[in-house]
Amino acid sequence: MATYTLISSTTVATATASVTFSSIPATYTDLVLRCSNRTASGGVETLNLQINGSTATNYSSTNVRSNGSAALSSRTTSDTSATMYTSAWSSITANVFSSGEIYIPNYTVAQNRQIETFGVQENGAVAAFNTASASLYRNTTAITSLTLIYTGGNDHLAGSSFKLYGISNA
Amino acid sequence: MATKPTRLEVNCMTGEESIIELTNAEIAQMEADAAAFATQRAAEEAAAEAKAELKASAKAKLIAGTPLTSEEADVLVL
Repeated sequence: MATYTLISSTTVATATASVTFSSIPATYTDLVLRCSNRTASGGVETLNLQINGSTATNYSSTNVRSNGSAALSSRTTSDTSATMYTSAWSSITANVFSSGEIYIPNYTVAQNRQIETFGVQENGAVAAFNTASASLYRNTTAITSLTLIYTGGNDHLAGSSFKLYGISNA
Repeated sequence: MATKPTRLEVNCMTGEESIIELTNAEIAQMEADAAAFATQRAAEEAAAEAKAELKASAKAKLIAGTPLTSEEADVLVL
């Protein structure tokens, strides 16, 4: 039976441009990153992921985003990070954070990396977004670090928290 | 002097958390990514706006019983 083990967690105390989990042990089958996040952006912004600190143009993502009145499908290729989901942003209701799960199977096996993500953002007022994305990182090196950034270059706001789990026997 | 942006790093082996100033190269990368994102978002918004206009035009023509353009038909059936 698959088991979740908390590898590490952190809560942002002071706004910061990126959050990195480094020296990830190679002792699990899959990785799961649970995020509760809010960006300093004044408008819609997307949480992105970089693997092993790489900013090479080896990422691609296919995303579907809905807000209750319209659905938007988009794809990025040859990008410097993988697109995850729409984040809660600074001008929406105070203390509202988006929630997301990023799943990375077989993170030590020598193959290109698949990244599966689902995230939601409910602003406590009139807007909400659901995002699902499938991403690819074209590199076969085992994953030892994960970095979360915002595509608009804005900070992670204080109170954002991230929990990295390892899955055994997936 | 303005302070540089920082990054938070958590070492999963030791549990140690570090707040590190970004290098000039990292700042340049972040600014390039932000510019690319702004361009992409503008393109997405323009495409969404154009599609909405086509839908509105197609609806009006359907109600009036006048012929649709190929692009207007596409937004209804694709």
